[in-house]
Amino acid sequence: MSAGHSTYTPTSGLGRWVDARMPLPRLVHDSFVSFPIPRNLNYAYTFGGILSIMLVVQILTGVVLAMHYTASTLLAFDSVEKIMRDVNSGWLLRYLHSNGASMFFFAVFIHIFRGLYYGSYKAPRELLWILGCIIFLLMMAAGFMGYVLPWGQMSFWGATVITGFFTAIPLVGEWVQQLLLGGFAVDNPTLNRFFSLHYLIPFMIAGVVVLHIWALHVTGQTNPTGIEIKSKTDSLPFTPYATIKDALGMVVFLLLFAYFVFYLPNYLGHPDNYIVANPLKTPAHIVPEWYFLPFYAILRAITFNIGPIDSKLGGVLAMFGSIAVLFFVPWLDTSKVRSAVYRPWYKLFFWLFVVDAILLGWLGSRPAEPIYVVMAQIATLYYFGFFLVIMPVLGLIETPRRLPNSITEAVLAKNHGSAAAHPAGAAAAPETKA
Amino acid sequence: MKKILSGLAALCLGATMATAALSQEEAHHDEANPTHFPIHRPAEMDWSFAGPFGRYDKGQLQRGLKVYKEVCSACHSLRLVSFRTLEDLGYSDEQVRALAAEYEVTDGPNADGEMFTRAALPSDHFPSPYPNDEAAAASNNGAAPPDLSLMAKARTVERGFPRFVFDVFTQYQEGGPDYVHALLTGYGQTPPEGMDIPEGTHYNPYFIAAKSLAMPQPISDDQVTYDDGMPQTVDQYSRDVSAFLMWAAEPHLDERKMIGFRVIIFLLLFIGLVWMTKRKVWAGVAH
Repeated sequence: MSAGHSTYTPTSGLGRWVDARMPLPRLVHDSFVSFPIPRNLNYAYTFGGILSIMLVVQILTGVVLAMHYTASTLLAFDSVEKIMRDVNSGWLLRYLHSNGASMFFFAVFIHIFRGLYYGSYKAPRELLWILGCIIFLLMMAAGFMGYVLPWGQMSFWGATVITGFFTAIPLVGEWVQQLLLGGFAVDNPTLNRFFSLHYLIPFMIAGVVVLHIWALHVTGQTNPTGIEIKSKTDSLPFTPYATIKDALGMVVFLLLFAYFVFYLPNYLGHPDNYIVANPLKTPAHIVPEWYFLPFYAILRAITFNIGPIDSKLGGVLAMFGSIAVLFFVPWLDTSKVRSAVYRPWYKLFFWLFVVDAILLGWLGSRPAEPIYVVMAQIATLYYFGFFLVIMPVLGLIETPRRLPNSITEAVLAKNHGSAAAHPAGAAAAPETKA
Repeated sequence: MKKILSGLAALCLGATMATAALSQEEAHHDEANPTHFPIHRPAEMDWSFAGPFGRYDKGQLQRGLKVYKEVCSACHSLRLVSFRTLEDLGYSDEQVRALAAEYEVTDGPNADGEMFTRAALPSDHFPSPYPNDEAAAASNNGAAPPDLSLMAKARTVERGFPRFVFDVFTQYQEGGPDYVHALLTGYGQTPPEGMDIPEGTHYNPYFIAAKSLAMPQPISDDQVTYDDGMPQTVDQYSRDVSAFLMWAAEPHLDERKMIGFRVIIFLLLFIGLVWMTKRKVWAGVAH
């Protein structure tokens, strides 16, 4: 998988036998043992590993939950309650799964922000970035459909609102919506197909994750300096260095996860989802899960018609556009310097963007009152402005700080006093051990 | 560059001021015609099951069950709760059997194809007071009394910023029982002058969806006899039945918090070990 030549040497007879026939151990060794990583990776780079753990958690808990769940409008709600009350450790499985979805999105947001901060999307990692965007889209589909399955009030009305977006598409909109719903309104066929797709999508994600990791191992990882690995002293073998650092990131993340599962299991959910879906009774405020709120705020910010585009279609286009724009980031950023560490202005606008995204999330949870709409419009403007104006223009006018010549130089400059005792040779020594 | 930035800052400031002015307009509202509900935020009560070491108080749950049986169950079902789970409240198997036998449930059809009624068994759920939702609505002025099985998790007054941030650290998860308690003790107040209360509804400033609700004040002092010497007041009844409904909605809370504590301790130790290993591995490698 890795770009370099393989350093795997099977030690046993069985190892040599397998290696000559189907070299899976060699693939694993080259990808996760000897694979060179930049020596200066920080904890922001552990979220890839955290995300793979979360995917496994979601699939394992989900498969067991599916053994007890019934996808029928008459039985879905009660079957979930049966899991919560009567299935052995069912409450634990369900809280792990529902909070796991939130943690998954929390981790993916940090992962995406990290990519934006360190310029991880820039050449030659465009496909790596795009594969990540595809995973994010699939995650959103899985998250949305999963929220429909308990068949509570927010499940039902959330599904009604979100599938309603598609009717805004000219000509084919109605047809697309009916295809999604399996009828004219959210009902049993909708629940059944959502359950089926909710079971399918995680495996599609797993497939794209393989491609994502493959692309990563061809180009190698970026690092906080944004400078590629140039010599042996710039890198360390994946095991034990990245393995143990990722492991620490994962267990700390699991602590956060456990805190929510055991002490705040319903904090991130909506109370209305503990009421059985009732097609005749609309909740006062229909809100999606927290991780969709920024996009929901963008949808509702478009309250005006733009030429032939009415506000409904405009909102839907803005919402989908807010995700679609991510796919073009590698070409929108015109900067020659990769990392925000050496881009003082980009750094500022990046953190404003983070604040803006959080603000949009909060606004998405507010009722559509004038004050919030105005704020959401300003925040939406900055959201798109960041990608479509700031990114291309800043790259051309910004004067970046002086870049170090190599990762090793940057590391030694950072650790000047202490690292003087360990010249570059010492750092390379562990490699000979491995 | 500086100019762009100062322009941006000015724009942000202007926007903030405009929104602040708008929100002030918003804040000015008519007391007789409120637009946001509930009119009053529920008070935060002390619950034995709150916090990381919270546990249900079995005596309180038994009193709450008594209030439910003697008062609430006249109109409200508890369809997801089975009698056998009442052993969680400290009852023995015999007591649960006796308690279940007080209820009649419909079973069948028998060998002759007839439905019949029999005394409830521990495996049965609490039977509903009405044969169906339509009957429930018909006997209650068109508003069917909701099922109470999940009421303590299905009603939470929005916390708002910044309270919802603090809640993560205080582990506030008792919005449901706080709400139920506030609603039950919120009757009997005089509505503000000029407020129009629709006929057949009852003013309650703690009701989550409107200024008044179809349910009249359900309980009054000394209505239920307590044999453990606790005060027989509306406030105490409300606390007890709210705690009972929290148990009905989240029967495995005790177990959850107990396992949670062990998991957190385990993870803290594990983090310590992984952290030390990581330090050892990275020692001598400048990074």
